[in-house]
Amino acid sequence: MPLVNGGNIVDDSFVKLAVDTPVPAGGDILVPAERFLGEADGLLKRAGKVGVIWPNNRDIAELVPYLGKIAAIALVFPTFRDGRAYSQARLLRERYNYRGELRATGQVLRDQFVFMLRAGFDAFEVKKQADAEAFMQTAKRYSVFYQPTGDGRITALHRRMQLRHSEGVGT
Amino acid sequence: MYAYDEIDRTLVNERVSEFRDQVKRRLSGELTEDEFKILRLQNGVYLQLHAYMFRVAIPYGTLATNQMRALAHVARKYDRGYGHFTTRQNIQFNWIKLAELPDALEDLAKVGIHAMQTSGNNMRNVTSDQWAGVAPGEIEDPRIWSELIRQHTTLHPEFSFLPRKFKIAITASDHDRAAIKIHDIGLRLIKNEKGETGFEVLVGGGLGRTPFIAKTIKHFVHGRDILSYIEAILRVYNQYGRRDNIYKARIKILVHELGIEKFSREVEDEWQHIRNSSLQIDDEVIEDIRSRFTYPAYEKLPHMPDELRQAAADPDFEAWRKNSVAPHKVQGYSIVTISLKPTGGPPGDATAEQMDALADLADKYSFGEIRVGHEQNLALPHVAKRDLPALWKALDKLGLATPNVNLITDIIACPGLDYCSLANARSIPIAQELTRRFANHELANLIGRLHINISGCINACGHHHVGHIGILGVEKNGEEVYQITIGGRADENAALGTLIGPGVKFDEVADVVEDIVEAYLALRERPEELFMDTVKRLGVEPFKERVYATR
Repeated sequence: MPLVNGGNIVDDSFVKLAVDTPVPAGGDILVPAERFLGEADGLLKRAGKVGVIWPNNRDIAELVPYLGKIAAIALVFPTFRDGRAYSQARLLRERYNYRGELRATGQVLRDQFVFMLRAGFDAFEVKKQADAEAFMQTAKRYSVFYQPTGDGRITALHRRMQLRHSEGVGT
Repeated sequence: MYAYDEIDRTLVNERVSEFRDQVKRRLSGELTEDEFKILRLQNGVYLQLHAYMFRVAIPYGTLATNQMRALAHVARKYDRGYGHFTTRQNIQFNWIKLAELPDALEDLAKVGIHAMQTSGNNMRNVTSDQWAGVAPGEIEDPRIWSELIRQHTTLHPEFSFLPRKFKIAITASDHDRAAIKIHDIGLRLIKNEKGETGFEVLVGGGLGRTPFIAKTIKHFVHGRDILSYIEAILRVYNQYGRRDNIYKARIKILVHELGIEKFSREVEDEWQHIRNSSLQIDDEVIEDIRSRFTYPAYEKLPHMPDELRQAAADPDFEAWRKNSVAPHKVQGYSIVTISLKPTGGPPGDATAEQMDALADLADKYSFGEIRVGHEQNLALPHVAKRDLPALWKALDKLGLATPNVNLITDIIACPGLDYCSLANARSIPIAQELTRRFANHELANLIGRLHINISGCINACGHHHVGHIGILGVEKNGEEVYQITIGGRADENAALGTLIGPGVKFDEVADVVEDIVEAYLALRERPEELFMDTVKRLGVEPFKERVYATR
């Protein structure tokens, strides 16, 4: 499954750990939530980055004490009709000011890219190769946004205000 | 009328181009039907019994005449020459070909119409009072706020994959014509003691398998906070709404399971985090939206013009005027409801020719504006009273002057088993038979205001729970069986109807309704006592006795 990060298909430096696989001495690891919370101190001391795979039915606030110490959070879309992780993503970015990698995993298709980018995701485990390859053009599909989110894109309402004021200058 | 600006137009065009790509990927097999299903639903496309069904949004029920002509064009070019107006102020086309859908959407986009979020588990088309902006006594035009919410809910990056569909309705009148109490969020526009605009917010209404009347979650939310408050409700719902069972996924179930107090505390907590954010609306933003609504330049006209006085001698005109014409906030003008319930016809249908002709009449008599109401009728919102006789003659020629608005043959019905893949029973033929039984205008008039609502399955698209008489078709041992309720209503005193007894067969439904009506006529204290009031006074028992005495 190709990983898109920063708009490009890249190699995934993270290895996903199961609940019971031994922790490798070095390298970047993604750890399931339960295991991470149980072994956080030890995991964070080792060399290599640590990320967490967080299920979409668990309160994201539990992660808050660790946000400055982890390198990645992988949120889960078990099916693409299950949109809980969009709320988790916005909370992480906009309420808890998380700045590390925020990765979308599971059923990730090109048709969600714009929503995901707006919610704060910056890395995508894309289900289909063709969708991963189409990332850049799909991400640019929309130029108008009605809602303010943490991505900072200017909303239609504010663009209108700017237009009004710039028109007002000349009159 | 709200006029799209370049920003709105761009977004709709971008959406059409995205959908064109999705259809192309489906037709080439790149997308599975399972994957495509959710994408097409986000664009109002269902797969029905015979073909794809295409539902087009008519936000808050307001249409310009060029938009109505575009709907007629779609009916003619891509469908079978007619469309079906729905209980959520939308229009459906029943015979669309998938490959042609992007073209149909592109044609509609040219006049500022889209089909975004008319189905799927997202925020649906925002509905409002079909008399918004013209009803006497209205606090202010609720469409300004409806448009604000329409924009905010369109392609929302967080709430486009909710547990289930989500419907918002707004009213600004004491008499609720928007049925806000049967919506996921109902907004009643009010003023606070300082004269500032805000909303009483209701939540958790809905029909379907488990019907609930919405409960008030907050008595006053200031207009500037309405987007953040709605966002807070949705965020709680998106995270905690049930996703394990489609029948328990609506917000009404979450509100019911948590209780309104706990639910409102969750919302309040969330709201405190986001209310002082960029979601806050300042007056300038509202004024900007308001400035893109145009209002007619009304003339100063007499209350009772000669034309109207003369026409009053014609009993046919008077019969129509009495139930189709309503007071307007401006003297000399009227709101005219156009019945889409002809005798023997399917409720809510209009042909392409009727749509085009109506657009012409609206240009001539209603400042180019048409409305769609949740009762599946249309309205011309600004008709000068002097023009009423001429308008009536023109409507009559088109078969659009059936004098039955709010009477027993003004029936709400879902498409039922004739079209819908979810249905268990037929709805339209029941409605058609009832319009024939009560075709006599004197009889219908004698009965007075009485709403019959028919659904062909438990999903309740025909709003049977809130019909004065509600008819629900179910399937039992391979046969269509109809359950009859009475005493429901969808207005400010919204209530769910009570079942009168065991279900009856298809052939018996019209007889049962006749029995109920006869019982009412015999039981009412005086002619002014409406069916609803008699049911309220006496309960269902006397009606039940009458219906089942001989069955």
